[in-house]
Amino acid sequence: MAAEKAEMDKLKKECDALRTQIEAARKAVNDGSMSASAGGVAGLGRIQLKLRKNLKGHLAKIYAMHWSADSRQMVSASQDGKLLIWDTFTGNKLVAVPLKSAWVMSVAFAPSGNLVASGGLDNICTVYNIKAASPKTLRELDAHTGYLSCCRFLSDTEILTASGDTTCCLWDLETGKQKTVFTNHIGDCMSLALSPDMNTFISGACDSLAKLWDLREGACKQTFSGHTSDINAIAFFQNGHAIITGSDDCSCKMYDLRSDQEVITYQDPSLNAGVTSVALSNSGRLIFAGYDDFNCHIWDSLKGEKIGVLSGHDNRVSCTGVPNDGMGVCTGSWDSFLKLWN
Amino acid sequence: MPVINVEDLTDKDKALMEVNQLKVEVKLERWLTSKCCEEIKDYIQAGVEEDTLVKGIAEDKNPFKEKGGCVIC
Repeated sequence: MAAEKAEMDKLKKECDALRTQIEAARKAVNDGSMSASAGGVAGLGRIQLKLRKNLKGHLAKIYAMHWSADSRQMVSASQDGKLLIWDTFTGNKLVAVPLKSAWVMSVAFAPSGNLVASGGLDNICTVYNIKAASPKTLRELDAHTGYLSCCRFLSDTEILTASGDTTCCLWDLETGKQKTVFTNHIGDCMSLALSPDMNTFISGACDSLAKLWDLREGACKQTFSGHTSDINAIAFFQNGHAIITGSDDCSCKMYDLRSDQEVITYQDPSLNAGVTSVALSNSGRLIFAGYDDFNCHIWDSLKGEKIGVLSGHDNRVSCTGVPNDGMGVCTGSWDSFLKLWN
Repeated sequence: MPVINVEDLTDKDKALMEVNQLKVEVKLERWLTSKCCEEIKDYIQAGVEEDTLVKGIAEDKNPFKEKGGCVIC
């Protein structure tokens, strides 16, 4: 017993020493913040977007939504036990996918538009072919030992999942088997975002950390700390060099990957609600963050200022998304509605 | 690829995992934040003029606008 404790103490000491070294290395390169670089950038003034569509159809809380790569179709998931695929230009529902388990937490559209995937408290990621005459279950990816919090397709043959069992997993859809398991978080994984070049991804977890992983090596390359509670949402900047995170600690942060640290925090003393979702406008200048306070607040990513709000939902905003063409933003809520704004 | 079930890891396994991870991360080459922030700012500003959500969109070009009027069938 004493030998075990001595060994644990030795390991803990080693961890502390390494962490101190890493903090020192980060400090050493921290020669200027985002406020300094963005000092000369003109402010945007107030951003006022109009509600263009109110999509009614779900009968219970909406937990997730994801745009199709065509910037027109969108899939939403509700605990009424259905996935709905919408034509956002007309507001029509195109396809309804009945779920085996109503406790859905995540949904994804494949880049091809042929497949959608969902999962939740059933611990399973189910992939559906929505181009068939009626939606057909293609695969049930069943190996996680915790809930499925997030899923994203790389292609029609590969999908990435994040789970409450603290791992993320890359699956081969042709065999239905796990290709790589990403283990390093010590808390439930809540979110993931693929890098634009698809070589890496970032995961956010209940251990308050965001981790950068190499998809092919299966290894964790970098760890970003600073949040003081669960990281529920992540988005990558299109240049692949920075990420935005949203957390239950009521703040969002921008982390720069090459300097390996936080460069700006988005928080407001009047905002005492957790962040559930984040999305970026096409240039990256605007951050749309969904909060538990029923609103989606708009932040100027460079200036760190709150410059707008999307109000109208009657319950928590659970999901937010901007399509590839950047023409609008969609918010989904526990009030069972999806709203489109621009 | 062996599946590591996190529930099976002992405290010592977890501590070892953490130490090994920190050993990887301590070697990372880090860039100056001033250079990184400058590049992020330049990248964003290069795209801001074409950013519909920042600049707005003409009514007739808006794919999401509500279509009004009556349709006589």
